[in-house]
Amino acid sequence: MKRLKNFLLLLAAAPVVAFASGAVHLDRAPVNVADQDSLQRGARIFVNYCLSCHSAASMRYSRLQDLGLTEEQIKDNLLFAAEKPGETMKVGMNKADAKAWFGATPPDLSVIARSRGADWLYTYLRSFYRDDSRATGWNNTVFDKVGMPHVMWNLQGEMAPVYKKVGEHEVIDRLELIKPGSVTLAEYDAMVGDLVNYLVWMGEPDQLKRKQLGIIVLAFLAFFFVVAYYLKKEFWKDIH
Amino acid sequence: MSALQKVMGWVDDRFPLTATYKAHLSEYYAPKNFNFWYFFGSLALLLLVLQIVTGIFLTMNYKPDAELAFASVEYIMRDVEWGWLIRYMHSTGASLFFVVIYLHMFRGLMYGSYRKPRELIWIFGVLIYLALMAEAFLGYLLPWGQMSFWGAQVIVNLFAAVPFIGEDLSIWIRGDFVISDATLNRFFAFHVIALPLVLLGLVVVHLVALHEVGSNNPDGIEIKKHKDPVTHIPLDGIPFHPYYTVKDIVGVIVFLMVFSAIMFFGPEMGGYFLEAANFIPADPLKTPEHIAPLWYFTPFYAILRAVPPMFGSQFPGVVAMGLSIVFLFFLPWLDRSKVKSIRYRGPIYKTMLALFIVSFIGLGYLGLLPSTPIATIFAQVFSVIYFLFFLLMPWYTSIEKTKPEPERVTG
Repeated sequence: MKRLKNFLLLLAAAPVVAFASGAVHLDRAPVNVADQDSLQRGARIFVNYCLSCHSAASMRYSRLQDLGLTEEQIKDNLLFAAEKPGETMKVGMNKADAKAWFGATPPDLSVIARSRGADWLYTYLRSFYRDDSRATGWNNTVFDKVGMPHVMWNLQGEMAPVYKKVGEHEVIDRLELIKPGSVTLAEYDAMVGDLVNYLVWMGEPDQLKRKQLGIIVLAFLAFFFVVAYYLKKEFWKDIH
Repeated sequence: MSALQKVMGWVDDRFPLTATYKAHLSEYYAPKNFNFWYFFGSLALLLLVLQIVTGIFLTMNYKPDAELAFASVEYIMRDVEWGWLIRYMHSTGASLFFVVIYLHMFRGLMYGSYRKPRELIWIFGVLIYLALMAEAFLGYLLPWGQMSFWGAQVIVNLFAAVPFIGEDLSIWIRGDFVISDATLNRFFAFHVIALPLVLLGLVVVHLVALHEVGSNNPDGIEIKKHKDPVTHIPLDGIPFHPYYTVKDIVGVIVFLMVFSAIMFFGPEMGGYFLEAANFIPADPLKTPEHIAPLWYFTPFYAILRAVPPMFGSQFPGVVAMGLSIVFLFFLPWLDRSKVKSIRYRGPIYKTMLALFIVSFIGLGYLGLLPSTPIATIFAQVFSVIYFLFFLLMPWYTSIEKTKPEPERVTG
């Protein structure tokens, strides 16, 4: 009986044990891929800040027309690293150089939102802090010893960690602004929100269309179901 | 004689068109008491066709090349007209194929559909299941993401655990010392040509055997025992067409609604149908933190991990995993009960079947998690129950008192 009780206790604890392994708290990203203004702002930040080191090799510039931009607007404002809007978002930086400078090749960002998740990206991009022990001078609470420097530091400003004691160890409790950037922290959060929104959209540019089509398909099937149901009933009425 | 009848007559003199239509549809008499569980056979056939058709269209733009494969999938998702829809149909279809097959097999267990005279139908069915697992495993390498790569690495390494020839065997399968372009090419060939042919052939013999002996039903009794003395048609039988064709259309629509709800609103299915880590291109130098096979393989993966290595070899675990499927083949001869259907069996079989299902689902859940000491204990308990279901079956089915079967099918 005691064994059974222990077994049941184990059973109850299983999900807790399974998910207890060290996870950083992630903030919820304000994702809304129907918000074209936000996506346009995100695209601008992406092209200006991310695309100098990261590629998005599956994404064509011309696809930005889906965000309500004209081909002229794309050509004039967003086409830094390419000649024609039909090209994909490649990066000029040599892979070997990148590895030498950052310790790792910056990953392609075409589907980064699908592998990392929006919340991870949103938290990560807001969690850089000053760390003089790192070659870049930056570290990150979400991605410890990350090779990427804080690219948007002039916007956010510089953050420093505030420690707290947990048992024997000192751990980072939160980050504190030590040198303000060109925008307020709330404005910076909103900018990162737009950027992450764009990354989510870029991970699957057809996702809005997919959901819209889904409603039509389900409505059709629901109608078809009624027809098929009565057809079946009509045929089966003589079977007892 | 109308023009159509003339054409049919011309064809029938040369090919048994009308005879085949009658034998398999309009004069194939199926029991009239099929319930919910009898939808999954036709749904499996629907999925087979769907996978083949979407597969053909995917092949038109997919590149089986380690340098190009990952990008070609994204090309399909973005630049090919409706490519995203075809790709999601194929990925959703793969997972739902297993859902449907598992429910189809569970139906067989409930109503004793594997019992005499349907042993060969069951055996062909288990072979289809094996071929389907191989097909799914091979196909999962093709997107060339991190999980594709490392999942294949883990599974092919299982063959390396075979004593004496293991190392050579695994190299022979991969065509290289690690999963590589050579592996991708041969997996592609097997996925798009070899296994679909095997699957189609097996489905044909599965259906031929079924139509030879006739379908079982929820009562587990033979409708051919009571035939009309004049027409020789089973009294409880109704022509498959139109009765079950119109009924299956309703089932197909409900199934397509579930299919569409997943495919249009959550094709990743929370990471169970499309894993997040598989959106990172394969990197032979970076092992992911946690490698889990797709959900439909996890029960067997959990059995594999539940067996501790013996004499420094993983082989016993591999054997246990293999046996967990091999036992299915012997089911028709392990079951000694006087009745087929769960409706007329006693509480022992019902309990054993319930425990078996709980263990299978439990193993499936545990196979998704990283291995921990507690999870291993659970996996061991579930594995033992899984095997006892088969090993003790000759005993518990023969001692159990059963209820009398009805003469004719009930509602």
